Amino acid sequence: MLNDKDRIFTNLYGKSSWTLDGARQRGVWDGTAALIQKGGAWIIDEVKASGLRGRGGAGFATGLKWSFMPKPSERAHYFVVNADESEPGTCKDRDILRFDPHRLIEGALLAAVAVNAHLAFIYIRGEFVNEARHVQAALDEAYAAGLIGKNACGSGWDCEVVLHRGAGAYVCGEESALMESLEGKKGQPRNKPPFPANAGLYGCPTTINNVETVAAVGAILRRGGAWYAGIGRPKNSGTKLFCLSGHVNTPCNVEEEMGIPLRELIERHAGGVRGGWDNLLAVIPGGSSVPVLTKELSEKALMDYDGLREVGSALGSAGVIVMDKSTDIIAAIARLSHFYCHESCGQCTPCREGTGWMARMMERMVRGEAKVEDIDTLWDVSKEIEGKTICALGDAAAWPVQGLIRHFRPEMEARIRAAGGGR
Amino acid sequence: MGCPMPKLTINGREVEVAEGTSVLQACEQLGIEIPRFCYHERLSVAGSCRMCLVDVEKAPRPVASCAMPCSEGMVVHTDTPAVKAERQAVMEMLLLNHPLECPVCDQGGECDLQDIAFAYGKDRCRSREVRRRVRDKAMGPLIVTAMTRCIHCTRCIRFMDEIAGTHELGGFYRGEHLEIAPLIEGPLLSELSGNLVDVCPVGALTSKPYAFRARPWELTKTESIDVMDAVGSAIRIDSRGGEVMRIVPRLHEGINEEWIGDKTRFACDGLRLQRLDTPYVRGSDGKLQPASWAEALGVIAARLKNVQPSRIAALAGDLVDCEALFAMGQLLDKMDVGNRDCRQDGAVYDTSVRAAYVMNTPIASIEKADAVLLVGVNPRTEATMVNARLYKRWRRGGMAVGVIGQAADLGYAYEHVGYSPVALRDVMDGKHAFASVLKAAKNPMIIVGAGALARGDGEAIHAAARELAESFGMIREDWNGFNVLQQAAARVGGLDLGFVPQGQYGMGVRSILAAAQGGRLDALYLLGADEIDTAHLGKTFVIYQGSHGDRGAQRADVVLPAAAYTEKDGTYVNVEGRVQRTRRAVPPVGEAMEDWAIIAALSRALARPLPYETVKAVRGAMIAKHPHLGRVDDVSVNAWQPFGKGGTLSLQAFGAAVPNYYMTNAICRVSPTMAACTAAILPLQQKGEGK
Repeated sequence: MLNDKDRIFTNLYGKSSWTLDGARQRGVWDGTAALIQKGGAWIIDEVKASGLRGRGGAGFATGLKWSFMPKPSERAHYFVVNADESEPGTCKDRDILRFDPHRLIEGALLAAVAVNAHLAFIYIRGEFVNEARHVQAALDEAYAAGLIGKNACGSGWDCEVVLHRGAGAYVCGEESALMESLEGKKGQPRNKPPFPANAGLYGCPTTINNVETVAAVGAILRRGGAWYAGIGRPKNSGTKLFCLSGHVNTPCNVEEEMGIPLRELIERHAGGVRGGWDNLLAVIPGGSSVPVLTKELSEKALMDYDGLREVGSALGSAGVIVMDKSTDIIAAIARLSHFYCHESCGQCTPCREGTGWMARMMERMVRGEAKVEDIDTLWDVSKEIEGKTICALGDAAAWPVQGLIRHFRPEMEARIRAAGGGR
Repeated sequence: MGCPMPKLTINGREVEVAEGTSVLQACEQLGIEIPRFCYHERLSVAGSCRMCLVDVEKAPRPVASCAMPCSEGMVVHTDTPAVKAERQAVMEMLLLNHPLECPVCDQGGECDLQDIAFAYGKDRCRSREVRRRVRDKAMGPLIVTAMTRCIHCTRCIRFMDEIAGTHELGGFYRGEHLEIAPLIEGPLLSELSGNLVDVCPVGALTSKPYAFRARPWELTKTESIDVMDAVGSAIRIDSRGGEVMRIVPRLHEGINEEWIGDKTRFACDGLRLQRLDTPYVRGSDGKLQPASWAEALGVIAARLKNVQPSRIAALAGDLVDCEALFAMGQLLDKMDVGNRDCRQDGAVYDTSVRAAYVMNTPIASIEKADAVLLVGVNPRTEATMVNARLYKRWRRGGMAVGVIGQAADLGYAYEHVGYSPVALRDVMDGKHAFASVLKAAKNPMIIVGAGALARGDGEAIHAAARELAESFGMIREDWNGFNVLQQAAARVGGLDLGFVPQGQYGMGVRSILAAAQGGRLDALYLLGADEIDTAHLGKTFVIYQGSHGDRGAQRADVVLPAAAYTEKDGTYVNVEGRVQRTRRAVPPVGEAMEDWAIIAALSRALARPLPYETVKAVRGAMIAKHPHLGRVDDVSVNAWQPFGKGGTLSLQAFGAAVPNYYMTNAICRVSPTMAACTAAILPLQQKGEGK
C-alpha cells in the first residue's frame, strides 16, 4: 500500500489545476535548474540508483538505457517522449498528459540533459485531441516562463520541446515506428540493430521513453534514487499507475506500489470484482498484449515485472482488464486478435499474414465452427508469429491467444463440441 | 561495434568478414544458401520477408540474417531443426494468401516463391480461410500486374526509389490490406520500369508484351549486347523457333549492372515487323518490286558503272556493326569514293583524337566523381544506364550536378547553369557559381551530348568543353573527366574505323545531303541510315541496306535486306570505347544477309572484290588494321591530345536531343510496344517534367 507522501502523480484525477500554477503548487519545476546543473552523469546515476524501469511495457532499466547514448559529437542527440498510448485497457499516460503535463515536460527536459539532447519531441497519439491541447498549452507556458527553450530554467542548458501529433496507428507506439512516423514516413518498425541510441531519429542517437517513465524523473531526482528504490521489491522498484477496468465495481486509474498483489489492487481500489471475487473468470494484467490469467493465478499474482512473469504473464503497461464469469472469454480474446490484425503494419510476413489467420480462426472458435485439432493449429500459428517479426507487435498478437489456449482449452473444446464440430 | 574484421562461426565453420557484412552475406561467402525474398543485393535492406531467419546463439529470438551485421564471436546456425521450422513457418505465411494459379502464371519456371517453397516449405496447407483478393493496378503498357500474387517484399518500391529515382510506387494501407501501388495510378514514367519484372520475386509484376507468349524452359538463351543506345548494355536474348521472344538484362558491373532500359528490353517486338526479307528494286512504275540478290546487285553495278567517284557517297546508320563499316570503307576505298560519314546527325567536330568523341570516364568510374556538368544532354533519354549510374552516385551524397541545356527531370537535383552554350563561357570565366564547385571538386566531369555537337556551333561547344575540362583539373594522369555521350551504337565504332570523309574533297553528311538535293550526287548508299531527311535527296540513285522498311528503304531505288542485331555476330564499340560483340540468337529473316556479306557480294558484283568469305575473315582484317577492336570488353585509356577548332558559342538554347526516348531507330519505330509507350507515357513524361 502506497503512502500518500510517496505519490508522484498527485493530480492523477485532475482535481487541481493542470496549468503551470497548479503544477508549481505540486512541486513541479522546483529547483529544476539545480538538478540540471548537477549534470547528465549525475542524473543517469540517480535514475540508475532508483531502479526505474520503462513503464511502456518492456520494462528496460531507464538509467541503463540513457547510459547507452554515445559521447557528444557533431551528431545531434534527440530525446523522444512516447505519448502514443494505444494499448487496449491502458489509459494512464492520458491522465498525465491532460492533468499533469508540466510534470512530463520537466521530466523531458531532465532526460534531455541526461542524454545530451537539445531537442526533445513529444509524440502524442492522434486521438488525444484535448490532451494534445493541454500539453501544447503547458509547453507555451513553459516557454513563456523560460523553463524550456534557450537557457532552460536559467540552467544554461538549451532545450527545445516540440509536440507532434500522430495519426492514430497503434504500431506507432513501437519506438522505431514512432521515429519513422515522426520523420514523416509511414509508421513501420525498423530492424534492430542499429538501436536508437546509435541511429534513431534522422539517423542520430536517440533515446525514447514512455510518458510515465519520463514524468517520474523529476520526483526521483528531487527526492533521490534511494527513496524510489525503497518502494516495491528489488529490481521492481517504485510506484506504478494501474488502470483497472472491466468487470469491477469502480473502474479507475490508481498509483500504487509496485508488487502489490493483484487481488488487493482490485479489491482496494476498484471496489472488487462485480459479484464478488468468486465471480472472477480471468484477468488480463498488463494491457491487451499479455497472456490472460485465471482466477487461481490472479490470486497469487504480484503486480510487478518479475511477479507477473512468474505466473506466465507480464506487467506490460499495467492495464488490468478484469473479466467475470459472464464473459465469453473466447470472444474477448477473438476481439483482441481482430485488433492486432487491424493494427498490424503489414511490413513483415508473419504478422501481416498470421494475425489475419489467427483472427479468422478465433472468429470460428467463438462460434465453435472448428475441429478440436484446429486449436493445435491455432497454437502453432501463434508460435509461428511469436519471435519472428521485426517488432513486438507479433508477440503481442500471439500471447493473448496462447494465454487463452493455455488456460481455457476446455472451454474452447466444449464450444466446438456444442456446435457439432467435435468427434 | 567497430571490430575491423569480425570473425564468426556459421554451422561450425569459422569465417572472417569485412566490417558491416551481414550474416546473410557471410553465409554466402561460405556457400551456405539462405532463402530470401525482400533482400536484393543492389537495394537497401528491408528485413521484412523474414525468410532469411537464422539462429544466433545467445540471441533471444531468430535473427533476420539480411539485416543483422556480423559481430565478433557470433555463433550462427542455419541448418538446425529450429531454423528449418522457422523457414517453414514463414513460407506457410507467405503462401497463406498466395493464389493457386501457378499453371497460368507467367512467372512459372522462374519464380522465387515456387523455388523456395519447393526447397524450404511444407507439403501441405493448413489454412481453411478464404484467400485474399487484391485489385490489380494499372502500370502502363509495359507491366501487367496480378497484385493478389504480391508478397509485399517491397523490392519494387525500393527499386523505384533507389535505382530508377522516380519514386512512383508505395505501400498503401496496412496489415493484411497492405497493397503495393503506383502513387498516381497509371503508366510508370521511368525508363527503367521494365526491371520491375526482374526484381519482383513472384508473378505480381510481369511483362505485358511478353504475357503468355512462352514458358522460360522453352527459350534458347543467347548472351549478347544491346544496340538501342550507345551504352551497349549486356543483354540475354531469349528466342524460340527463330523468333526473339524477349530480352532480359545480363550482369555487367562496368555498364548496366543488372538493369536495362525499357527500350532495350521491349523494342524487340519491332524485330518481327516491317522486315526487309528480300531485295527490292524500284521498277519503271516507281514501285519497289521484289527481286533476287543477283538482280538487285546487277542493277546497282549497272547504275554505278561510269559514275565518277566524287558523285558517289555513303552514309552509315546508327545500328551498323564494325565489320560492315570496315568492309564498306574498304569497298569505298577501292572505288576511290571519299564521300562517307557515319554521323547521320550532321556533326562535323574533330574526331582525329579518340578522347574527343568517347566517354573518357568509364561508366563505373562515375561513382568516383564528385561534380558533373551536363552540357546539352539529357542522359535519362539518351543513355538511360549512364543516368542510372549518375543517380546512384548522387544518391550516395557528395556529388554536385550542373546542367547547361533543358531543365529536364533527371531524378537527381542539379543546379541549372544556363540554357545555351554561352553558359559554358560563364563557367569558364568563373562568372557562374558552379565554377567554384567544379574547381573544388576532386574528380570533376563534363558530359557533352551528341546532340550538342550536331548543332551549328557544335565545334565551338566541343572546343569550349575541352578547354573547360583542361582548366578545371578534369584531365589528369589518374582521371579523365571529359566525356562525349554518343547516342548511337554504331558511332564510336564508325569513328574508330575512320568512317568519315576521306581525302581533300571528301564530303561529310551535311555536304552529301546538300549535294544530293542540288543534283550534284549520282548515287547514295545508305548503310542502315534512316535518321536523315530522305525527302530531299533529289534524283540521286539511292541504295538502302538495312533490316527494316523504314525511311531509307522507302526512298531507295534498290533495297538490300540485312540482318538485325539479334541475327548476327557483330562488333560494336560503346560510348566508353569498350569493344563488345553481339551474338546471333536467331537467323536473319527471309533472304536477308549479314551486312558484311552483302557488301562482300556487292564488291564482287562491282568487280572490286573484297576477299571475305566469313565474318571471321572480315574481323581478322579489321583487327589487323585496328588492333584495339580485338580487345573485347577492354576500356583503354585514351591519350589526351589537342583537338577541336573552336568557334563562336551561340545564344540559341539547347533543345532535346531525343524528343522521344521510345522512338530513336528503325526497330523501335515499328515496335508496337514502343508505340504504346509513346502514346501512353510520353505525354505524361512531358507534362510531368519536373515532377
